[in-house]
Amino acid sequence: MANVSVTVNGVAREADVEPRTLLVYFLRETLGLTGTNVGCDTSSCGSCTVLLDGESVKACTLLAVQAEGREVTTIEGMASNGQMHPIQEAFRRNHGLQCGFCTPGMIMAAASYLRENPSPSEGEVRESLEGNLCRCTGYHNIVQSILDAAGQTAGAKA
Amino acid sequence: MAVTERFVGQPVLRKEDAPLLQGQGSFVDNMSIAGMVHMAIVRSPFAHARVVKVDVSKALEMPGVIAAWSATDLTDEWAGPLPMVWPITEDIKTSDHWPLTKDKARFQGDGVAVVLGESRGLADDGAEAVDVEYDALPAVLDIEDAVRDGAPLVHDELGTNAVVHWSHGGGGDQSLFESAPVKLKLRYEAPRTTPSAIEPRGALASPVPSLGEFTLWTSTQIPHIARVTLSGTTGIPEHKLRIVAPDVGGSFGGKLDVYAEEALCLALARKTGRPVKWIESRSENYSVTIHGRGVIHDIEVAATEGGKILGFHVTELCDMGAYFQLLTPGIPELGGWVYMGPYDTQAYWYEFTGIMTNMTPTDAVRGAGRPEATYVLERAVDALARHLEMDPAEVRRINFVPKFTEDRPSLMGLNVDSGDYLPAFERALELAEYDQYRKEQASRRENGDIKQIGIGLSSYIEMCGLAPSNILGALRYAAGGWDAAQVRCQPSGKVTLYIGTSPHGQGHDTTWAQITADELGVTPDDIEVLHGDTATTPLGMDTYGSRSIAIGGAALHYALQKIKDKARTLAAHELEVSEDDLRFEDGAFRVQGAPDKVRTIPELAVSAWTAHNLPDGFEPDLTATATWDPKNFTWPYGTHVCVAEVDTETGRTELLRYVAVDDCGVVINPMIVDGQVHGGI
Repeated sequence: MANVSVTVNGVAREADVEPRTLLVYFLRETLGLTGTNVGCDTSSCGSCTVLLDGESVKACTLLAVQAEGREVTTIEGMASNGQMHPIQEAFRRNHGLQCGFCTPGMIMAAASYLRENPSPSEGEVRESLEGNLCRCTGYHNIVQSILDAAGQTAGAKA
Repeated sequence: MAVTERFVGQPVLRKEDAPLLQGQGSFVDNMSIAGMVHMAIVRSPFAHARVVKVDVSKALEMPGVIAAWSATDLTDEWAGPLPMVWPITEDIKTSDHWPLTKDKARFQGDGVAVVLGESRGLADDGAEAVDVEYDALPAVLDIEDAVRDGAPLVHDELGTNAVVHWSHGGGGDQSLFESAPVKLKLRYEAPRTTPSAIEPRGALASPVPSLGEFTLWTSTQIPHIARVTLSGTTGIPEHKLRIVAPDVGGSFGGKLDVYAEEALCLALARKTGRPVKWIESRSENYSVTIHGRGVIHDIEVAATEGGKILGFHVTELCDMGAYFQLLTPGIPELGGWVYMGPYDTQAYWYEFTGIMTNMTPTDAVRGAGRPEATYVLERAVDALARHLEMDPAEVRRINFVPKFTEDRPSLMGLNVDSGDYLPAFERALELAEYDQYRKEQASRRENGDIKQIGIGLSSYIEMCGLAPSNILGALRYAAGGWDAAQVRCQPSGKVTLYIGTSPHGQGHDTTWAQITADELGVTPDDIEVLHGDTATTPLGMDTYGSRSIAIGGAALHYALQKIKDKARTLAAHELEVSEDDLRFEDGAFRVQGAPDKVRTIPELAVSAWTAHNLPDGFEPDLTATATWDPKNFTWPYGTHVCVAEVDTETGRTELLRYVAVDDCGVVINPMIVDGQVHGGI
């Protein structure tokens, strides 16, 4: 077993895990943070995207031990004081989700990208989502949600 | 206070969203139960192989492995094979499909053994340690090869791979077809596709051994159908089997099925007395969750020199895959009813042959049969336009069925309820600036520009709202097509809906609440919508085939009318007036000319609950259930236009325009409707 100490959503967490444990299963099964979903075993879909020291990473591509000493933010860490994060609000306002399974990964990818580029164009948002797959929405309203969160559109489409 | 705001037709934000946005979804893999074990399946790496020997002894020595069984070890677990509920012809050749295969593997991914472990990783390790000896056989991977003499047989006992032939029998004047001045024979293929929901399938079975009762949480579109059919496979009596579809992460037909893994989780929970969980890997998803399409279509179009279509003859070879899944043999035939599209033809013929191959089973994916038909028909119409050197828009224009508002018998034998195809078509062309792009296209062709323009048109009708039960019966489908809804007005003024449909992203919680809010004079926030749990919801037929609002929504409407009828009686009693003096207006029962005489539904729900002062013979409680069996399908139609620019040197393609004009019926929530159309495109 390997010991892992990570700060997750601002709280220091520590556990012994099998060395082969992926970060996503450490979050889901060891820490019980099931908001980060697993959609593939091929690093393709981006559903498991979390922030590692503020930057987006697919949590199925990292071993838990590789996160040692670092800060992880998951979808559960986005709302504060009972208020959803502006990106979460924007997804709701723009119908940026249907089944909701890819949504946590989309929101975490958007959070990372908007920190890099706070005023993106539509094309830049589309490009930034290259690593995140959605099968329900056709992406249109996801892109609108992210632009809305960045203050780039008037918001509600309807 | 009566709620006077109207919600139907408004872009009401979704009730479903808050938990899904904050990582609180109830997807199957988010659930754990004390004592739970994990299941892994040993799958054939061969498309076709005799299973010579299965030895699980090495797996049993692995740390964390609890049990391992071969298919033979589990023979006594099954009361019946996995379900196929659409034996579309009397002489269809079928073979039993068991959760694990004993004698031979018929596609890559066919399960031959199963392992339970203390964790998913340990179960997977155990599965790798199972020793299976295979004798590889030649495989049939192509439907035309599969019917050649001497082709290997997928199911030896059937004596052929061509297991089902269904003919519509034709309609109209076939002699017209013979004498037609223009005839084109065309072949189009609709290759296999995968449903690819982002959430893989998964199941968790939990037993109560002392009672012989089981709950199965499964990522499915069809909890009610799964209950009756899995009861048949496992032998667990229906009343001791509860199926729950929690949040389901997309489906697109892939979860409109009953699978080996669901039956295995139940059987092994029974055998071990422990909860058993299985979560599909993405690799498994592509090899063992059903595929769609896989059809070769031969179509012959008969027409006049002026472009008037006289008839279509369609013959299909359809890849069934290695086994019949739930609906497999009936899927092509769904297209057989819409091959004429919106066009006024006079002769029609349709038949298909379903062929077994050593490939993943096929079944319903996104539209199921009907998109294939539209694709082939529209390609054929374009081919006709090219042949006659006509504008493809003009060929469509002169062939549309004129506007009709009452049932119109069509050549294929079903009545189409209404249609007004030309205006939808013209509107799509206008929005896409069709005429300008045609000119631009001509000028670029003439100039030999590097970037050329292509314009695609597609008009369609679709047979939705599946389905009138009597028609399903005539087509040899084993169940009905009705649905159900129950409305319960709670004493605190809140309303609970128990519905028979089972959403997986479509937003039923919101739209069903909008319908109810308007009828009962409450807000959507006052309404809770429960679905997908066979223990609490009325027996319905679940969600597929564009049926949920058309049928489940209608069932809800009738349940709401029953509530209002009952509430009216109580209101009249309390207000000491005749029922005829009451109007339901602005969210409450009101007496004309007496503005103080008002009763809201929540007020009446309290009266019906306390039951202190009820009219004679009035049953306490304000609750009602209704079912709805549709009289016809819904027959939506529309036109899509795509304008694409292609760089002829690099092949890079860009969309310049995509326009969709779709007949959506009554739009309950325009935001959700737009989202569904975006996703479909």
